[in-house]
Amino acid sequence: MWKLENKGAVRKSSKRSSKTNKITKTVDSVLGPGKLAPNFSLNSTPDQKVSLNDFRGQPVILAFYPADWSPVCTDQLSLYAMVMPEFKKFNAELLAISVDNIWSHLAFVKDRKLNFPVLADFEPKGGVSRKYGAYKEKIGESARALFVIDNKGIIRWSHLSPDGINPGADGILSALENLNKAQATEKS
Amino acid sequence: MSGTTTVARKRTKGKTLLEPTSKEPAGKYEAPRLAVPVTPERDHIEGALKAALTLVEYGDYQCPYCGAAYPEVKKVQKELGSELRFVFRNFPLTNIHEHAMNAAETAEAASAQGKFWPMHDFLYEHQATLGDPSVALAYAKKLGLDGQKFEREIAQHLYQKRIKDDFMGGVRSGVNGTPTFYVNGVRHDGDAIAKALIESLNQTKK
Repeated sequence: MWKLENKGAVRKSSKRSSKTNKITKTVDSVLGPGKLAPNFSLNSTPDQKVSLNDFRGQPVILAFYPADWSPVCTDQLSLYAMVMPEFKKFNAELLAISVDNIWSHLAFVKDRKLNFPVLADFEPKGGVSRKYGAYKEKIGESARALFVIDNKGIIRWSHLSPDGINPGADGILSALENLNKAQATEKS
Repeated sequence: MSGTTTVARKRTKGKTLLEPTSKEPAGKYEAPRLAVPVTPERDHIEGALKAALTLVEYGDYQCPYCGAAYPEVKKVQKELGSELRFVFRNFPLTNIHEHAMNAAETAEAASAQGKFWPMHDFLYEHQATLGDPSVALAYAKKLGLDGQKFEREIAQHLYQKRIKDDFMGGVRSGVNGTPTFYVNGVRHDGDAIAKALIESLNQTKK
C-alpha cells in the first residue's frame, strides 16, 4: 500500500534532509515537454525486445516505477491495466519500465494480469531511466515518473510523483486529451 | 494533473506545445481533486445532506484495505456527527478481485429498494462470503426487500453502467487504488485511519 510507503518516505526525509535534497535534484532533471524522447530497446520477454521507435505514429505512455510486487489494491500498474481501454481510445500504447529483471516482470505481469509490455531496464542497470532523468541513484530504482510522447516521438507531458505517491491515471488522460486537441489545431 | 507544474499552451512555429510555465518548487505538491461533484440525486450519502464536511470514498467491496478502512470511517462518522456527510462511490478492481463487480451490483440493487447503506455495511462486514450470493440474498430478504427483483436486477447487470461511471469518475479524479478518500474534494494522501481522516477533515475548517 503506497500509504505505508509514503509514511516511510516522510520519516526518511525528516531524518535525513541532506539526502532529500539529492532526490529533489532528480525531480528537476526529469525530461520535460518539447524534448525528443530518447529511443531505447529493452527486453519485454527473455527473447523479445521492444523499442520506443516501434511505436512512431501513435502516442506512447512511459510509466517508470520503482519495483515489481508493490501490494495489490493500490498498485499503479494494476490500475493502468483497468484503464487500458481508455488509453486505447487515444490509440496510445503503454510501456512500463523498472530495473527488475525479466523473470520478475514475467511473474508480475501474469499475477497482476497486466495487458501491456513491462520492460526490464536491467543491463546496464537503470540506463534508460537515467536518460529520462527518472533514476534514483542512491536507491538504485527508477523514480515514479510518467511521460506522454506524441506520434513524432516528442515528449508532450511529464510528471514525477513525490516519494511513495501513486499518481493514478488522471494526468495521463488529460495529457492525451491535450495532445488530441493540439493535433487537431495543427491540422486545421 | 496531480502535483505537476502549471501547464500552459505556447505556440511555437505553428505547433502547440505543452510547456511548464514554472518549475515546481521542491516539496510543493498538490493532491488531485474530485472531478465529479457530490450530488444528492445520484450519490449514496450518509449523514446530513448539507453538512459542512464531506468525506468521499472510492471503494471496492472485496479489497482487504477497504475492509480495514470500513470501521475507521465509522469512527470518523461517530466523532464528527452531524458535521459530516459520507459518500461512497464504486471502484471495483475487477482484474484482481473477481467478486468486486457482483458485490457492487448487490449494493446497488439494495439501493434501488432504499437499503443501500445496510447492504454496504453488511458486505464489508462479511467480505469473506462475497463469492456466495445466497448470503447477501438472505440478508436482503431479512431487510424486507423484494428478493426476486433484487436477484433479477443483479443477474441482468442493471447497475453495471452506473458502477462503471463511478469508476471512470474516480480515474479522472486521481483515484490510485482502493480505498481512495477525498476530504472536501481533495484527495487524502495520508493513511486510511480515523485519526488521519479526522485531522484532515478538521483542517479544512480552518
